[in-house]
Amino acid sequence: MTTTTTRIERHHYDVVVIGAGGAGLRAAIEARLAGKKTAIISKSLFGKAHTVMAEGGAAAAMGNVNSRDNWQVHFRDTMRGGKFLNNFRMAELHAKEAPQRIWELETYGALFDRTKDGKISQRNFGGHEYPRLAHVGDRTGLELIRTLQQKIVSLQQEDKREHGSYDARIKVFSETTITELLLDGDRIAGAFGYYRESGEFVLFEAPAVVLATGGVGRSYKVTSNSWEYTGDGHALALRAGATLINMEFLQFHPTGMVWPPSVKGILVTESVRGDGGILKNTEGKRFMFDYVPDVFRKQYAETPEEADRWYTDPDNNRRPPELLPRDEVARAINSEVKAGRGTPAGGVYLDIASRLPAEEIRRRLPSMHHQFKGLADVDITKEPMEVGPTCHYVMGGVEVDPDSGAAYGSVRGLFAAGEVSGGMHGSNRLGGNSLSDLLVFGKRAGGHAATYVDQLAGRPRVAVAAVETAVETALAPLQRDTGENPYTLQQDLQAVMGDLVGIIRREAELEDALVRLAELRERVAKVSASGGRRYNPGWHLALDLRNMLVVSECTAKAALERRESRGGHTREDFPTMDPQWRRVNLVCSLVGDTVRLERKPLPKMRPELIGLFDRAELAKYLTDEELTEFDALVAADAAAAEKEND
Amino acid sequence: MGTKRQFRIWRGDADGGDLQDYTVEVNEGEVVLDVIHRLQATDAPDLACRWNCKAGKCGSCSMEINGMPKLGCMTRMSTFEEDETITVTPLRTFPVIRDLVTDVSFNYEKARETPAFAPPSDLAPGEYRMQQVDVERSQEFRKCIECFLCQNVCHVIRDHDENKQAFSGPRYFIRAAELDMHPLDARTDRKDYAQTEQGLGFCNITKCCTEVCPEHIKITDNGIIPMKERVVDRRYDPLVWLGSKIFRRGQVPQTSVTSGHSPGAVRSSAASGGVHSHAGGSHDAQAETQAQQGVNWHREVPHPTAPAVDASGKLPLTELTFDRAAAPSPFGDDVTFPLPPEHLNFAHPEQDERDH
Repeated sequence: MTTTTTRIERHHYDVVVIGAGGAGLRAAIEARLAGKKTAIISKSLFGKAHTVMAEGGAAAAMGNVNSRDNWQVHFRDTMRGGKFLNNFRMAELHAKEAPQRIWELETYGALFDRTKDGKISQRNFGGHEYPRLAHVGDRTGLELIRTLQQKIVSLQQEDKREHGSYDARIKVFSETTITELLLDGDRIAGAFGYYRESGEFVLFEAPAVVLATGGVGRSYKVTSNSWEYTGDGHALALRAGATLINMEFLQFHPTGMVWPPSVKGILVTESVRGDGGILKNTEGKRFMFDYVPDVFRKQYAETPEEADRWYTDPDNNRRPPELLPRDEVARAINSEVKAGRGTPAGGVYLDIASRLPAEEIRRRLPSMHHQFKGLADVDITKEPMEVGPTCHYVMGGVEVDPDSGAAYGSVRGLFAAGEVSGGMHGSNRLGGNSLSDLLVFGKRAGGHAATYVDQLAGRPRVAVAAVETAVETALAPLQRDTGENPYTLQQDLQAVMGDLVGIIRREAELEDALVRLAELRERVAKVSASGGRRYNPGWHLALDLRNMLVVSECTAKAALERRESRGGHTREDFPTMDPQWRRVNLVCSLVGDTVRLERKPLPKMRPELIGLFDRAELAKYLTDEELTEFDALVAADAAAAEKEND
Repeated sequence: MGTKRQFRIWRGDADGGDLQDYTVEVNEGEVVLDVIHRLQATDAPDLACRWNCKAGKCGSCSMEINGMPKLGCMTRMSTFEEDETITVTPLRTFPVIRDLVTDVSFNYEKARETPAFAPPSDLAPGEYRMQQVDVERSQEFRKCIECFLCQNVCHVIRDHDENKQAFSGPRYFIRAAELDMHPLDARTDRKDYAQTEQGLGFCNITKCCTEVCPEHIKITDNGIIPMKERVVDRRYDPLVWLGSKIFRRGQVPQTSVTSGHSPGAVRSSAASGGVHSHAGGSHDAQAETQAQQGVNWHREVPHPTAPAVDASGKLPLTELTFDRAAAPSPFGDDVTFPLPPEHLNFAHPEQDERDH
């Protein structure tokens, strides 16, 4: 009944890239350079993707500021940051290729900040051994997306000269949402979606799809993510037969703004604490001294006096506990708030006003001063900031082949890059590794999608029945008027995830979360949206909800399964890292419409890569069995070296 | 804990609409976009409004608040009086799609016309060397978040659709300026492009664009005026003038501003009619319709698959080398006839009526 009354616009492409952030645009550029007719699907306007929010920079071991930096050091830092759960091959490729990807941006017109000798300047960041982040002030993400956007325009201008039309070989479909991937057997045949503007449906027939849809943060109440982050790519991949890994790992940044409500979740940079900012509860107590874990006891100050001396004399004093790793600080703030010593808005105070002269604050933290003045009407030189943990990044995502970005599982022709793919960052992402991740794996996914298309014997066909089902699913919320308001459902989902699958997780709460998610699933299946099809945000949200829900189920299930604490996953009932668990990835797939969880062994690091670490460090992460193997490896190497010398 | 505040929000679409009154709760510390979101969650779930980052970094939530072009996420409710009615309308310069959402494709069209960065041919990736002081000038313009408030406020096009074809607007003047000031851009004709193709001459420096820029880019002082000055340098340079008299038409060097009139040169849209200053109205009906059409980004009918042709552009007709007994289908071998009706992009104007 639907096909006769519903008009569906059809397009034929070689490669369809879903997502127009850094990874998506880089993938599209690569596919177009490989001669493929490429479509870019952008959920928002072109150039508004979440990549613009990235501030710090893009990590690449160019060695411009410290010549001792190289890919091996970057690789080590990345593995360390991810607590050795990373896919080593992805970390290796990332560290090796990031510099080329950054230099390439300059040929597209990017203007990074410079060193004195005119090279790209690099800045220090948490977890990076040397200054490594290529940056443009605190708006590196904007520069990256604008540069890629302008490169696409330049390719379109080439096509115009050659073929007479800007859209001949690469076209941007802005404000378009994909709701379903269509398959021919196990091969990708196309993608179905709607134009937000008109509500009309569109079908892309294409043998290869690159997912670059970013993360899942909108399932949380307090998040630094934009509305687009509803886990679309994660859910599309699952439904197409691909698998997700590491979904239990979410990065909560300890200091997001919590007040006023308008800016809840927006990041307060780590440098506030680096420059002397301290955390206080509502009783005025500097509480971080109570939260130094034993393993860090030796490196952190015990008294405020010692901590205060560190800023000027770091060699003879220990670091203030405000500078503990992100997960520790987030946990501490969370405990204070839960104990009733937080502000009504659910945060604690971050005070720099009483620590530095106003002039100095304005000089050192201009963007923070501006951010609080502009967004919150708070003068940080006079009053403390109110901060609390905010959902920032999902480490988990589509399980991919590290070299090509091709999704594992039963589907062929599906690729993923950027935040939507999993494995690269292990259990915790280092700041700055995200922007370089987008470029390195965006290029790879786009290139390999093109190769895949070349190797295909025939083009997969879209089944008419599948399109009809997709149309019906998409129209369902508009045709019901008995269901609930999608905004209420989203708030309820956010409450479940924020309260029960948040920073600190407990077995009983996770079990409770799964029960509530199952209830929500029933309600979401009956959601209704009022109004028509033209630019109707209520309808759009109603369609996004089912993606958010299935991804939340993956996170809750994986979080319940992993009985240890590591990186972005903290279990109160299992507070330490367990080397046995380091060898395990949790893989989610969809059977019917239920999430299935499986354990899968982590790929084993190649000898020359594991050889980059020293034994004392590995001992913190590996099992005894693995260490014995490592020792044998070192011994064999030593013997071989001796033999050579003889 | 909140207070009730009065809002008037424009609701409607391309066919028309009007301001609707809403009474809505406002809490301390909120911005206009928060109020819109509250309305969506309560009274008006289908109220259309663009937004993304909600931190003044993406430039999506541009709207006119009490007549001033602003970002909804950066306009605090505390800047209004408690009893003040706040009127929110869509950007006036662009066609309305629905409610607060406008069709800003004009801007993307102009972006596509602006020649891209031309990389220096003698430098490999990684060999670029620039001084901080030199990149800073362009970096100021690259702060642009493309909220299009400057485009919206610019009086050359705000109430003069007929000027849109010939005028790119402040956003693209600073794009030209940025490339002009890029230390390694290989093109040297950025200023002339701004003058002849972008309609820089229409700008009479009222600085409205600078005033509304949420990034505080000095669009006029640092972008437009320096370009105008240098264009003037060239335009009234007696040597250039003499040169343009000596060379015959059609031989005029590309950099000359008179290139618009030479038949061989790139068609200059600024010189092609339908162009009027702020003060004048258009009398060229054809140019007006053309300008009104704009570009519709989504509505291209898909082209049929082209047949496989050889290097000379012909079908490979030799049966000896071909794997089939005859020539391939001119529609491409993946198409079989008759086409199934659901594969047709054609919709009969009366089909909806017949089905019901």
